Amino acid sequence: MQQPDSPGSGQPSRSVSVALAGSGGAGVMTAGNMLLEAAAHAGYYALMTRSSGPQIRGGEAAAMLRIACRPVECMADHFDVLAAVDWENVQRFKAEIPLGTQSLVIGDPDQSAPPEVFLQSGAMHAELPLKKLAKAVPDGRANMVLLGTVAALLGLPDDAVARAVEKTLGKRPAALAPSLAAVAAGRAAAAGIERRFPLAEPPATRTSRWLLTGNEAAGYGAIKGGVRFVAAYPITPATELLEWMSPALAQVGGTLVQAEDELASINMAIGGSYGGVPSLTATSGPGLSLMVEALGLAVAAEIPLVVVDVMRVGPSTGIPTKSEQGDLNIAVHGLHGDAPHLVLAPNSVADCLRTTQWAVELAEALQTPAIVLSDQFLGQARSVVDRPDERAAGPGRVVAAAGVAGYRRYAVTPDGISPMAVPGTAGLAYTADGLEHAERGTPSSQAADHFAQLDKRRGKLESWDYGDDWADVEGDPATDCAVVTFGSCTGPVREGLARAAQDGLTARLVSLRLLAPLPASRLATALAGASRVLVVEQNHSAQLYKYLRAECDLPGRVTSLHRAGALQFQPGEIHHHLLEWSRA
Amino acid sequence: MNDPACAVPPPGSPAALARGPNDYKSDVKPVWCPGCGDFGVVNALAKAMARMALEPKDVAVVSGIGCSSRIPAYMSSYGFHGVHGRALAAGTGLKIARPDLTVIVTGGDGDGYSIGGNHFLHACRRNVDMTYIVMDNRVYGMTKGQASPTTEPDWDSKLSPDGTGLREFQPLVVALASGANFIARGFTGDPNGLAELIEQAVRHPGFSFLEVLSPCITFRPEQKEWKKMVRPDAFAPTPEVPRAVRRLLRDTGFDLGVLYAGERPPYAPRGPRALRAPAELEARFAL
Repeated sequence: MQQPDSPGSGQPSRSVSVALAGSGGAGVMTAGNMLLEAAAHAGYYALMTRSSGPQIRGGEAAAMLRIACRPVECMADHFDVLAAVDWENVQRFKAEIPLGTQSLVIGDPDQSAPPEVFLQSGAMHAELPLKKLAKAVPDGRANMVLLGTVAALLGLPDDAVARAVEKTLGKRPAALAPSLAAVAAGRAAAAGIERRFPLAEPPATRTSRWLLTGNEAAGYGAIKGGVRFVAAYPITPATELLEWMSPALAQVGGTLVQAEDELASINMAIGGSYGGVPSLTATSGPGLSLMVEALGLAVAAEIPLVVVDVMRVGPSTGIPTKSEQGDLNIAVHGLHGDAPHLVLAPNSVADCLRTTQWAVELAEALQTPAIVLSDQFLGQARSVVDRPDERAAGPGRVVAAAGVAGYRRYAVTPDGISPMAVPGTAGLAYTADGLEHAERGTPSSQAADHFAQLDKRRGKLESWDYGDDWADVEGDPATDCAVVTFGSCTGPVREGLARAAQDGLTARLVSLRLLAPLPASRLATALAGASRVLVVEQNHSAQLYKYLRAECDLPGRVTSLHRAGALQFQPGEIHHHLLEWSRA
Repeated sequence: MNDPACAVPPPGSPAALARGPNDYKSDVKPVWCPGCGDFGVVNALAKAMARMALEPKDVAVVSGIGCSSRIPAYMSSYGFHGVHGRALAAGTGLKIARPDLTVIVTGGDGDGYSIGGNHFLHACRRNVDMTYIVMDNRVYGMTKGQASPTTEPDWDSKLSPDGTGLREFQPLVVALASGANFIARGFTGDPNGLAELIEQAVRHPGFSFLEVLSPCITFRPEQKEWKKMVRPDAFAPTPEVPRAVRRLLRDTGFDLGVLYAGERPPYAPRGPRALRAPAELEARFAL
């Protein structure tokens, strides 16, 4: 994404950001979803995040959208339009909805005035009698009026909006006509608003696109990778992943079980996988903490397993509804003993599909647990994306053939991968064990067996060819600046780098998808010749920076840009830092 | 996922004499003390499996941690020896993913009633078609003699001098209250009776809970007296919860037999199911 042009100037722009807000029941999420779909139907890319007050139901809510001509991987530095059905408690979102002098605040003059904190930005305030306009339409609602007004300000075509409204209300025909009439009323009322935010023409070629969240993408990636058994316990912000998978698994012959707690979920998943069925659980930080012991079991007993950790702000209960990359340490180092396993991180909403699918493939092939570090932003953001490319199927689990004489489940093989017997196969019965064991699987407290099995379990991860998926490596390899990051920081870093390039600063980008085992030699190649390396991550203690420093020799001067979560990095923040960094 | 039909042949089928009990035992030497009650469970389990003519390949014995949790390695069937307290969870996942297998979960009173207590409640509720055998010796043996949930309140130990002062956990009461579909108590000193109970438990649909009095002669030598205290066939099976509740009110703790044999349908996934190609799910995302 390039430096945004000047939305609000009336000239077409390639990226426009809109926040819709209001109290509970005002329908801003419905309107936001419709606006997102309308943008998609009009040929644009878009991304929507949502925020709400602490109330379980009925609290104030905000739908935050960025609509653009190119794929959107992060929010913009500020919002062009903040439109509210009412202002009750909406000031709560002030940090999440920054405004600029060219921004527009739309509110109903019959409600309270917009909170001062929004007007302090210098934004223009436009009054729109939403309730009155809605009342003039039989069964009309203010959120639909607002949708019509905002769509008009952005220049979204009528038919795209109508399609989005029809899709949402298709099952409630009685609500359809009043909604369309209210949208039309809002569109007409937009004529009285001076400041406009027209979007530039969408890309001429319409690629095949999907509208989905990262959690849904991860769920589908898991199924594509072969997962057919899931056991899990509800937890924000991973629950939607499970809610998507439950009916989806039933459609493809799989099963999801709601467990009594996370200890049960991961052990159930391990049981299912021991039975030969690729298995998964999904959770967030508090749940991952409970699962750590069983992860060690999956390492020791060599049982494939995928754990999706949709990271939220920690420690402890933290801020369940906000994003942070604070679980890297526990994911990489949390297990007791020497327990090599896989840690992967998707770096966009669409990439949640690819990375989760890859995690299943790797876990199955390497007979070890894989932790997928998604986060609240990626998991819950709803986005219009290009349909992801098909991945070739992985090699799958190496299964022992029936009737092998003297079967040794944990045989020390050259690549460390020993064929796994599926229960029900004659002649191969063995006991999978978290106790250290001899090659047969029988418990052993002999140092020689311990050494051999440790080497086996480490060796299989180290000798595997992870191919080019280990990272997204971008930019000119001749530049002497490089930025290393992972996960949801990738979007703002990529955009910040694009803006810095316009200032003459070019840098390489390495967005790590495979975090453990750390592909140190590939990373060294990607960073070769760099005289300065910047590590960007969203946590309070520079976990990635310290991990990289401990594991490999990074070239040149290495610095860290780390900030705790709750608020995502903005591209402008990265851009600003890159310029300072290049001058330092 | 496989057909949920379980591979237990009907009683008295021609295959019944194909294997002897020893064919169900592995060549791994148990770590138990001489005289441990748990030997009796291995013998009874092997006998029951032989009587049911189970194929060892179609049976998985699943356990957690503790003396009795060592059992999977001592059987010739598939085994899973996981982490402490989570045997029921692992067994549940295995049985739901592989309904064709006969799943037998084994463990002790510490593993099942203390660290794994929550899973015990929910396994009873969930009623997955599997069998749970708890070898109750009222002590933590592997860690050398600490009080367990079923230990008497005044039993003196290094960790709890003068006893814990806590009332004993009531496994049968909890199982009944939580919804187990089959509840019985056996004794390792009666291997034939125990084998009979194991067979009934495995054959009974849904979650079958079998509490086995299994003396620890090392840390609880007084339990050698249990053989004089047990009351074989003291329970008469009933499918009625109120009757079973009333019967438990006068349980001596040494009453043996089947207390309750319920008729609740075993766990099965609900909702519409199909076997479609994963790519069909893409319709949910397509614009």
